[in-house]
Amino acid sequence: MPPMPHSVPPKRPSGLTRVQKQDLRNAMLFISPWIVGFVGLMAYPIVMSIYYSLCDFSVLQAPQFVGAANYRELASDDVFRRAMSNTFVYAAAAIPLGIVLAFIIAMLLNTGVKGMAVYRTIFFLPSLVPAIAMGILWLWIFNGKSGILNYLVQSASRPVGWATLGLLLISPLFLAWFLGRSLGDDGKLCRWGALAGAVAGFGLVGLGWKVGWIGSLTTLELNPPSWLSDTFWVKPAFILMSLWGTGHAVVIYLAGLQNVPVHLYEAADLDGANWWEKTRNVTVPMMSPVILFNGIMAIIGTFNFFAIPFVMAPGGQPARSAYFLAVNLFDNAFLYLRMGYASAMAWILFLIVFLLTMLAMKLSEKHVHYGGS
Amino acid sequence: MSIGRRLATTGLTILMVLGFWLMFRPDPAPADGKVHIRYWEKWTGFEEAAMRKVVERYNKSQDRVHVNYLAVSQVDQKMLLSTSGGNPPDVAGLWDYNVVVYADYNALRPLDDFCKRDGITADQYLPAYWNLCTHNNGIYALPTTPASVALHWNRKLFREAGLDPDRPPKTLEELDEMADKLIQRDRSGRIEVMGYLPAEPGWWNWGWGYFFGGSLWPGGDQVSAVSPENMRAFNWVKGYSDRYGSRDIQVFQSGFGNFSSPQNAFMAEQVAMVLQGVWMANYINNTNPSLDWDAAPFPHPADRPDLANSTPVGLDVLVIPAGAPHPEEAWDFIRFVQQQENMEFLCHEQWKHSPLSSVSEAFLANHRNKRIRLFQDLAASNNTFNTPRVGIWREWQDEMNSAFQKIWTSGEDPEDALEYVERRVQPKLARYLDNLERRRVAAAN
Repeated sequence: MPPMPHSVPPKRPSGLTRVQKQDLRNAMLFISPWIVGFVGLMAYPIVMSIYYSLCDFSVLQAPQFVGAANYRELASDDVFRRAMSNTFVYAAAAIPLGIVLAFIIAMLLNTGVKGMAVYRTIFFLPSLVPAIAMGILWLWIFNGKSGILNYLVQSASRPVGWATLGLLLISPLFLAWFLGRSLGDDGKLCRWGALAGAVAGFGLVGLGWKVGWIGSLTTLELNPPSWLSDTFWVKPAFILMSLWGTGHAVVIYLAGLQNVPVHLYEAADLDGANWWEKTRNVTVPMMSPVILFNGIMAIIGTFNFFAIPFVMAPGGQPARSAYFLAVNLFDNAFLYLRMGYASAMAWILFLIVFLLTMLAMKLSEKHVHYGGS
Repeated sequence: MSIGRRLATTGLTILMVLGFWLMFRPDPAPADGKVHIRYWEKWTGFEEAAMRKVVERYNKSQDRVHVNYLAVSQVDQKMLLSTSGGNPPDVAGLWDYNVVVYADYNALRPLDDFCKRDGITADQYLPAYWNLCTHNNGIYALPTTPASVALHWNRKLFREAGLDPDRPPKTLEELDEMADKLIQRDRSGRIEVMGYLPAEPGWWNWGWGYFFGGSLWPGGDQVSAVSPENMRAFNWVKGYSDRYGSRDIQVFQSGFGNFSSPQNAFMAEQVAMVLQGVWMANYINNTNPSLDWDAAPFPHPADRPDLANSTPVGLDVLVIPAGAPHPEEAWDFIRFVQQQENMEFLCHEQWKHSPLSSVSEAFLANHRNKRIRLFQDLAASNNTFNTPRVGIWREWQDEMNSAFQKIWTSGEDPEDALEYVERRVQPKLARYLDNLERRRVAAAN
């Protein structure tokens, strides 16, 4: 096709025509409120926070330059280290779990079963709940005495007890079958294996009888913890709760899944690939840029985890086991009036997020496949 | 450019400029000819309404000043930012612990000259509360409503446990014995009612040492978290979690609702004895008026009768932020609140006792808290104590709370937990004091 004629006048030596200059001026004028807002409310505070991080600054008095003293103090601050370790533990569990769960949900929602639009909406709905409301809601879910989670765990006590008892009682049969089968095709060996398995199983049942497992399993009472006041269980509780908000990631994965070329699946079908092979060799590689994007968003989100612990675990209680970096930063800035120290903390936080993002980008070089490349 | 486009561009530009002008123009002078001052207060609900009535009284009492009263959440933080931004309110209602740090940072206007001129003196107030308004021999705040704290007990639960409902514990040893008799568990061993719980409501975790004759800060640059009295106090606290099982208590505690809700542990009759303030009668009245309760001084160790009538005291205060545009008018309003009639009206409406040394019999006789005389007497006792009057208190308090939780939930040895507090706070205190001194010297030069 021949090139289309166009009506753009030839450029003047300055590079812009009079009309273009006017348009540029008008455009700048109209976006000027945003520019003023960005410079005043974002760029200026960001630049000043670098300076404040080198100062003793209470907000109420002029900053006094102290060099790297804030950074030195951070290096030996137990509470900062504690907040950092809590944040890393939370991130290390919540990010991969969130990615995997969201991906699985997205794949299930992409199967085209009836009523899919409804399911998609249902999975997305929780991510629309404001963070504070979600915090209050989960306070009740995790309530040790009357929370629904502990109610479910306690209600499951008897079925779990009986199921475990059933497994124990059939263990002679199972072990006989398992050992017999695993010893290969030799009939004699198989018989001996089955016999040994049965003996081991009966031994297990006998032991269970002797030490009282069988009796206690029939009356099993699970004793779930008070999630948010137990120093061990509070972080798993937050990690569990983070999975509630995977709706955003699910929507992004769904959009990505729609774009995986169908011909790749057809080619895989021709090659005789099963579901797992297609997922591993087609879906995941084609979705890798989306997984990377969601991963980076999750890194940023988890390291800025603030509103929910601020509501659910004031002061990081119990005993600072739920004290996260962003909350520690807020406390220093606005409760302890140490804005300089908090600014130093903010820059360390930025550095961590930046390095982790770079690491993710670097690791992704070999594993992320872009359609156009 | 077409004429229509040009007109639209010009019109929108004018609109934008007008918008900016409207946003940033100075406030027009009020039409009533009065000086309008801004008063930010932290209260909500009935407490806010009580102060609103006082403000209305003031506005009607004269024709020179009009107070615009605004309830503000997190008022201390918002006052901090507005003061540093050069646009503070004329009057702010803060907590007593804010006074020291804001005074240290010159964020409050000293009130000494005003007090001297208008005859407001220390002897007009209970010493415990006057002390909370001053810092480094200067007056930086004046009271609104005070609080002292006492042991509240549930008479019905006492009767059910075979205890005399008219005889509260006098010593901590008696408290422990009664707590043992009052505990109730269900068939599976879960706690249903506790006699006493040092972690409920958990607002005075820092103060247990004082009930045993200890303190946290003797003044100067030394922290004294690890003292025999403090150790004894926190071992006593730990005794409860050891005796009744930390995990069982955690599950039990997690069933408690908010303080001001009917699910509050004391209102819901889950805890038979609780340390609470003068305000408690009002909340009982609102959430469980049929509760059969009474109040008495918190018990003291049997071997320390000199510590009878110990109570932590706290105070809500009025301040004039530095840079407030109308300090004279702000002072006029604060002075109005300090008049006995207005102060007693405010304290009556908020169900609290008076911070003044002179209290009318009518105030005590008509008060809705049946034990108001107890709280008034406790506030006047020699064994009142308050949070350390030092600018790093918020950090220090968080350290104390963390230490308390370590002892309470993880069974940590109190000596280790308190030593850790001392290790954390000591350098912070030294840095804070050094910093103040450096700034003082710089200002003097």
